[in-house]
Amino acid sequence: MRTFMLGWEFPPFISGGLGTACYGLTKAMDKLGIKVTFVLPRADITPPVGSVKMLGTEEFEATMPGRFTNVRFRTISSTLRPYATASSHREQISNLASKQKTVQNGVNPFNISISIPDNYDGDMLSSVIRYAEKATCVAASENFDVVHAHDWMTYPAGEAVSWQSHKPLIVHVHSTEFDRSGEHVNQAVYDIERTGMHAAAKVIAVSNLTKETIVKHYGVPPAKVEVVYNAVEHNGDGVCHIPPEKKDKIVLFLGRITMQKGPEYFLAAAKKVLDEIDNVKFVMAGDGDMMHRTIELAASMGIGNKVLFTGFLNGEDVDRAYKMADLYVMPSVSEPFGISSLEAMNRNVPVLMSKQSGVAEVVTHALKVDFWDINEMANKMIAVLKRPPLQKTLRTNGFHEAHKFTWEDSAKKVAKIYDEVIDQAKGKED
Amino acid sequence: MASVCFYFQVHQPNRLRHYTVFDHGDNYFDDHKNAEICRKVANKCYLPTNRLMLELIHKHRGKFKISYSITGVLLEQLEKFAPEVLTTFKQLADTGCVEFLGETYYHSLGFLYSKEEFIEQIKAHRRTIKRLFGQTPRVFRNTELIYNNSLPPIIEQIGGFDAIITEGADHILGYKSPNFVYRPVNSTRLKLLLKNYRLSDDIAFRFSNRDWRDWPLTADKFAGWINNINGCGYVANLFMDYETFGEHQWEDTGIFEFMRHLPGEILKHPDNDFKTPSEAVKAYSAVDSINVPHTISWADIERDLSAWRGNDMQENALAELYRLKDRVGQTDDDGIITDWRNLQTSDHFYYMCTKYFSDGDVHKYFNHYDSPYDAYINFMNVLDNLDYRCSEAILKKQPRMYELDTKRNVKTRNDTVTNRLCFSERT
Repeated sequence: MRTFMLGWEFPPFISGGLGTACYGLTKAMDKLGIKVTFVLPRADITPPVGSVKMLGTEEFEATMPGRFTNVRFRTISSTLRPYATASSHREQISNLASKQKTVQNGVNPFNISISIPDNYDGDMLSSVIRYAEKATCVAASENFDVVHAHDWMTYPAGEAVSWQSHKPLIVHVHSTEFDRSGEHVNQAVYDIERTGMHAAAKVIAVSNLTKETIVKHYGVPPAKVEVVYNAVEHNGDGVCHIPPEKKDKIVLFLGRITMQKGPEYFLAAAKKVLDEIDNVKFVMAGDGDMMHRTIELAASMGIGNKVLFTGFLNGEDVDRAYKMADLYVMPSVSEPFGISSLEAMNRNVPVLMSKQSGVAEVVTHALKVDFWDINEMANKMIAVLKRPPLQKTLRTNGFHEAHKFTWEDSAKKVAKIYDEVIDQAKGKED
Repeated sequence: MASVCFYFQVHQPNRLRHYTVFDHGDNYFDDHKNAEICRKVANKCYLPTNRLMLELIHKHRGKFKISYSITGVLLEQLEKFAPEVLTTFKQLADTGCVEFLGETYYHSLGFLYSKEEFIEQIKAHRRTIKRLFGQTPRVFRNTELIYNNSLPPIIEQIGGFDAIITEGADHILGYKSPNFVYRPVNSTRLKLLLKNYRLSDDIAFRFSNRDWRDWPLTADKFAGWINNINGCGYVANLFMDYETFGEHQWEDTGIFEFMRHLPGEILKHPDNDFKTPSEAVKAYSAVDSINVPHTISWADIERDLSAWRGNDMQENALAELYRLKDRVGQTDDDGIITDWRNLQTSDHFYYMCTKYFSDGDVHKYFNHYDSPYDAYINFMNVLDNLDYRCSEAILKKQPRMYELDTKRNVKTRNDTVTNRLCFSERT
């Protein structure tokens, strides 16, 4: 079985859960013997956020020698950034929209009407088109049975490659525009997502929560949507928890500081906790468009000295953050899955997650709360900080539970979906 | 001779309301939910089953006999929320064919934590049973049939009991059969009745299980199994939750019809009869002694304490609760003492069980919390408040000492808070 996979970020250079998921899934598929051609964008320009850096093929494969046997990486020059929401560049977009070219044989297989977006970086939409064009060129020299596209930016590319190669398309939904933007949906992005989902033979959703969104907001028939949960890599250590020497308890928020992640609810709960307990610090590790507002908010609430902002953390720093943490909180307003919660459990950290997350569907040994229920969020934070038996039980059981989620299982489910769509496609040909 | 000895456990806990660290009220219990569940169970189980039992007792003219152990916490709820259930239990008591057993009033784990408290609760329960049903319990069953060698001496010390009921766990019986009367290894006066868990669970758990090879279970089939005991035992101890009828096994499984025909089928065999636990221990002498150095119960497949003391949260909650005992006593405040006792009900700790939590089994079904962690957090918040109330009440009880203290403070004028307290003490 051979798959042509379209992604946009890959460790160690990632900014969110998507890269982690792509890596875990690909690695497990590699073990199952599935041949993967993984197409990634490569940055021409270093993006201003600084956290996302894309590599060329050579560099890339040099970073992980011998890790993969069945996976080949192909890169495309692009400036794709999954979570960029910089100020608009209306002109740029208009230019690019008019320059929108048709692929290879002069027909545009995917019909994307580009409306001028208000809050997305103009560069992004044009990059999506360029990525699609170049992907078809790469695809022309590859052999594969199925096309697998991860999240909206690669959907047009997926459609183009699928159309060109007559191979079935699978789109993998790690998040939707509704998760990222709430009610302020960007029409252009929504259109791309919707077109991609409808063009696909199967849609993979990372949770039932996401499946519901896909069915409800994108009009996709439920039977076409399969749920494949994310997982976490297990390195075997972490059973014994040696708390580092520190004066204060640490409550950790790790993720992009954006509307979707609920940073203001985290702060509101923190304030309530601090009214009850003094020796606790709240660490917000991450970057995002609400970072400055969040810092200001913490200051205006009078808890500025208790909330620490680290900016974006990478590799080892993430490890250190987890090691320090007495509690990991994921207060997301809308979280399709929430890999970071599983990772925290996998590293022996008690977790409090919002009920509005996909991971909450499948995890039992974590605390759960409605993201808007500040009182209950603080109640549970205090309980974990105040009661060692609760902390210990959550740590032990959470660690064991995290081990039930393996990428091998996810990859097997994906392989089964591949089989189905390939059979379906064959049926159509006959 | 095979005597069928039925004992039904009748219990509902006093469930806690959602209580956060920010709550300060002393109303810990969710009267609304407790009333709702009590009425629901009354309608689905208690009322129809009581009526059926009355019907069967009348039909068989005194040959059908049963026994109940009803907790004090449930009796209080029935008085408040479903008095008609209490009336039918009284009617059952009046037939003379029904025995009421003794247990702890609050369905507590006091046996494991405080002998003194344990004894007091048994006595309180005995008084309540006497008052409501006109009989004094002579057979004791501990919460969840928890038992070890240290129980009989305590029950002997209380006096008035002839026997103890517990689980016929394989690991204490070995080759022995539960179908005989035994005695504790360290008591000459008391006898033991051991649950025949195979036959009991055929009704309580497997009755509606379609994968079970004996499904569907009919009254004559079950009576056949009872008949098989003749010649190799005297008693068939069928001990189960009363909620088996209509609540665990829903009416549409045919459980009521099964029960309606069972006494008739069993009495068809001339050597069979029904006995209450007291009658059974009077009729048959003990054949051997039973040694139980390690604690057993009737819960789960482990038949041990792991459902209530299986994780750190449970151990911590129980330890903290019983650590409060002396302070609670010092308050002399009935409200505080009663609240503390209501918190002892074993269900509160059962809700915190993480044993099979991921598998979504029976533990989850009987749990009104979303998770065992929520159960622990809630319980501990309530306990913190109770602790606080104890401090307040104890302070109030010693106004003189306090006045002295505050007078000194007034002189030095360095503590306005104490001044205010001093003022309120006097007014």
